Amino acid sequence: MATIEAQDIRYTYLTGVEALKGVSLTIKDGEFVAIMGQNGAGKTTLVKNFNGLLKPAKGKVLVDGVSTRDVSVAKLARTVGFVFQNPDHQLFSETVEQEIAFALRNFGFDDATVEKRVTWALNLLDLTEYRKTSPFMLSGGERKRVALASVLAWDPKVVILDEPTIGQDHRQKENLRQFIVQLNEQGKTVVIVTHDVEFVAECAPRVVLMREGRIIADGTAKRILTDTTLALEASIVPPQIAQIFNSLSFLGLPSDVIDVSEAKEILVNRLRGLPG
Amino acid sequence: MSVFEGFRFRHVSSPIHNRDPRIKFLFVLAMFVVTIFFTEFLPLLVLFLLPLPFVWVAGVGRQWLRSLRGAVFLASFIFVFNFAFGYLYRSYPSTMLLLEYSLAMTLRFLVLVESFSVFFLTTSPDHLSLALEQSHVPYEFTFAFTTAVRFVPVLAEEAQTIMDAQKARGLELERGNFLRRVRNYIPILVPLIVSAIRRSLELAEAMESRAWGSSPKRTNLYVLKMKLGDVALFVLSVGLLALGIYVRYFVPIPSLSTFLPPLPF
Repeated sequence: MATIEAQDIRYTYLTGVEALKGVSLTIKDGEFVAIMGQNGAGKTTLVKNFNGLLKPAKGKVLVDGVSTRDVSVAKLARTVGFVFQNPDHQLFSETVEQEIAFALRNFGFDDATVEKRVTWALNLLDLTEYRKTSPFMLSGGERKRVALASVLAWDPKVVILDEPTIGQDHRQKENLRQFIVQLNEQGKTVVIVTHDVEFVAECAPRVVLMREGRIIADGTAKRILTDTTLALEASIVPPQIAQIFNSLSFLGLPSDVIDVSEAKEILVNRLRGLPG
Repeated sequence: MSVFEGFRFRHVSSPIHNRDPRIKFLFVLAMFVVTIFFTEFLPLLVLFLLPLPFVWVAGVGRQWLRSLRGAVFLASFIFVFNFAFGYLYRSYPSTMLLLEYSLAMTLRFLVLVESFSVFFLTTSPDHLSLALEQSHVPYEFTFAFTTAVRFVPVLAEEAQTIMDAQKARGLELERGNFLRRVRNYIPILVPLIVSAIRRSLELAEAMESRAWGSSPKRTNLYVLKMKLGDVALFVLSVGLLALGIYVRYFVPIPSLSTFLPPLPF
């Protein structure tokens, strides 16, 4: 079990910017949550509170019932894995293999286990051929995968991904989506921080919408992403499918569609029903 | 990382901030030279107190205290070593004199730190590069200098992010003995250096694509002109230097122990 519970947390940066103005959120074991909102809404600040990198100034964050103030980041990281936005902020080893082993050694796994886990993680993210390559020689997308592998290797119960889709082409995004969904189906709690509305529409997780340090909406992707007022308030653009269905609502089409195949089915049925 | 806040570009106006950076630098140099002249406690105390009005007028007291706090570690080091070695080699007739000497050495270090910090706290980097440029330093050099200063806070922020990323992978910086702790910083330094190099290449490309250096003769929007206050500071600097030389060679400097009762041991 790994639940994360934020209780009315506030956080102010040294520069005086109040990034979180009282946020309460419970993420249950095995949930898949996307935290969305415009730049500076406090998304990254919020998730950095989940693994203790930032400690709330007021309120508290409980991970499995333990306050993040009472344990070290290194200890929390064992349960809550955090993949940073930019892989270049973490890659430093001579080979991909060593890069992945770094965290495992920090957590004190024995050599045999490290070896086993590294092989497993390389395989999982399709990086086996780069085992002995320097991470600096890899492309941006590959580096991102190495960063992801280096976190998944220790099998944390919760995986937080900060802007996982930035700088990824369509195919990599699709792979990433399948991968995340698969992780979640295997029982991992997955939290993603993103602006990518289309990506979220395809994943259909629970969506938490933030604006100026507060949560303004929390619900299914279908409900949140098709709510035009909310979208306007949080400066996000609804997914294209939702936009089309919304502007076709005069035809009596439902306005809460975000899934492409669902949209196709509705349209086909409608066309079949039409005369001639 | 708040130490690096001092490098941030800020536009503050005060009688000290507005002084010509060249004259301010001359003052710092005068302070520097005169400080080196003395190893006695009393003149160094006077030198220490001298820039305080500037700090007050410029309203940078808090940052100034912070920079002094940063120097405390080294200062105590200097004190302990001077005292310990003076004691071991018995190079001073009394403990009181040795104590005074060690304190003077520590204070000398603090005066140097203090005058430089006043200079940097009241001189914005762009002002400084303007001064360099108008002292006929080639623009390439002044540009490199300002860019370096300009990127210090950026790098500090980046270092913080990298530290967070590695901590999230179980790195504990404070773990282990001294050598181990130094090695703990490798995962921070490598990404930091790599990204700094990458950033400098990107910066160079961005500048080239905006025709950097296409016109050999540059003009400036702002031109430094000497004002009355600058002249006053100039006179003060030269006076300080002259007074320092005079006192050094012609005035016997009393030791603190002539005013204080001797130590009981």
